[in-house]
Amino acid sequence: MEKVLMKGNEALGEAAMRAGCKCFFGYPITPQTELSAYLAKHMAKRGGAFLQAESEIAAVNMVLGASSCGVRAMTSSSSPGISLKSEGISYIAGSDLPCVIVNVQRGGPGLGGIQPSQSDYWQATKALGHGDFQLLVYAPASVQETVDMTFKAFDEADRYRMPAMILSDGLLGQMMEPVMFPDIVPDIPEKPWACCGHKNKREHNIINSLYLKPDELENSVLERYKRYDAVKRECTDAEAYLCDDAEIVITAYGASARVAKSAVNAAREKGIKAGLFRPKTLYPYPVNEINEACQSAKTVLSVEMSMGQMVDDVKLALNCRIPVEFFGRTGGIIPTPSEVLEKIESLNERSR
Amino acid sequence: MAVVFEKPHALCDVANHYCPGCTHGIIHRLVAEVIDEMGIEGDTVGICPVGCSVMAYDYFNCDMIEAPHGRAPAVATGVKRAKPDSVVFTYQGDGDLAAIGTCETVHAAARGENITVIFVNNTIYGMTGGQMAPTTIPGQVTQTTPYGRDPKLQGFPLKVCELLAQADGTALAQRVSVDSIPHIREAKKAIRKAFENQVNKRGFSIVEILSTCPTNWGMTPLEALERVRTDMIPYYPLGVFKDKDVWNREEDK
Repeated sequence: MEKVLMKGNEALGEAAMRAGCKCFFGYPITPQTELSAYLAKHMAKRGGAFLQAESEIAAVNMVLGASSCGVRAMTSSSSPGISLKSEGISYIAGSDLPCVIVNVQRGGPGLGGIQPSQSDYWQATKALGHGDFQLLVYAPASVQETVDMTFKAFDEADRYRMPAMILSDGLLGQMMEPVMFPDIVPDIPEKPWACCGHKNKREHNIINSLYLKPDELENSVLERYKRYDAVKRECTDAEAYLCDDAEIVITAYGASARVAKSAVNAAREKGIKAGLFRPKTLYPYPVNEINEACQSAKTVLSVEMSMGQMVDDVKLALNCRIPVEFFGRTGGIIPTPSEVLEKIESLNERSR
Repeated sequence: MAVVFEKPHALCDVANHYCPGCTHGIIHRLVAEVIDEMGIEGDTVGICPVGCSVMAYDYFNCDMIEAPHGRAPAVATGVKRAKPDSVVFTYQGDGDLAAIGTCETVHAAARGENITVIFVNNTIYGMTGGQMAPTTIPGQVTQTTPYGRDPKLQGFPLKVCELLAQADGTALAQRVSVDSIPHIREAKKAIRKAFENQVNKRGFSIVEILSTCPTNWGMTPLEALERVRTDMIPYYPLGVFKDKDVWNREEDK
């Protein structure tokens, strides 16, 4: 297929349909708006179902229902809406259902703002609802990656029977870039657990997250964590840019990684050995990859559009072996490359 | 020898957890009989609530999904939109449907979502030990209205069928009771109609069933049935509040 110019949110919607998503349920919120609008226009024509729900809560539970039937289903929202969905996401995880949830992040807390932000990192990777569970979390940094990760999110969610999140933001969602859609016929696995009517051919299936006996509940969680172990072995993804000889490694994901890359290039021009480590998966966190990328690093700098959230995982992944610094802007402000460069230069000064 | 009475196939052959004298058992049986008689078990997906009937997934033989508290109509919507040929019913109590799930209920009705809702109203939260429900009658003593429900403090109960009859998407809103044999027969007819409506794509159908909670009402099973007649039916009159094809088509029955 030829390259087309598309907004990140619209490209995500197109990718979802091509990945075999048959049901979309959403509720209006900025800055994910274009995604719903695009699917409303195209989904029914292509044999899918689009429904605007009465609330974020209803939307995620409609996803729970559609996914229970074995159908690929998706919902999208922006930060405050994702908080509302957290109940349903916990039930989806507890019922071992696959689905894709899109968060086009905006500033918070509370109603916050509508400009791009990365302040939902903790929510996405640590606590998107009550109980012991995880989501696969993909962090695209371009419109093309948004598309590629949408395919991957549906596939991996089905493979591991768990929800997957595309953690986008207002910048990636609303900017336009040339993009190509892979010519793939979605390979959707058999789902013998699905509740779509037993047709008098099998025992009845039950989709459930209730286990009143503690040992049964513990066993169900342990079984899920075995799958998470497999996810940690098999699903990590990251980009290491100019890291081989880097003395200062910047860690950043998504929109802030684009800014950081410009800053790294500028630093190199000034003779500073800087590199960029960019996780593409935030859960599972690319622990081996970051250690490999930081082999020659004397300092690591986490650059985020938040008050410092991923920086915790950077420290944990590096086991506090290397000093980890932080630079961030929040509230919907995107750091400029020169701001980041300034921080790199001051770290460079200090290490001399 | 002719079989005159047996367990419906759509009910699992297991002991249930309901309290003695609770009428959930009768209501389960009526739903299962209708599923058997219509021959739809293989196409049916049931959605359980949170509340006393949370474990109904172990009692019905069709595919079953356990929904978050109050969200059964949204989960049912997801199933129905994904698989329009399936027969989808929710089975919900008063707290689930008329308090925490009011939004999902009202909007499923407003959309004319083609599902069947079995609404069990026993005027109390049974599973958590007898707190005030949205349907608790003025004056009724519960754990959280120890001096009786005072509308000045706790407001008035919600009359669900009367409310949902106002929605253009509602095809059937009917209140029945299972306190006596004639009422049980009437209840079964209503449940059958609610399932037939779905098969005939007539719109959203709800059957509200007045039910007992001897345990949390502090009554014997017989006293509890008597309370349905003396206290509940006068406040929640039985009857059909709406019965029409929401799409205004020719009668297709």
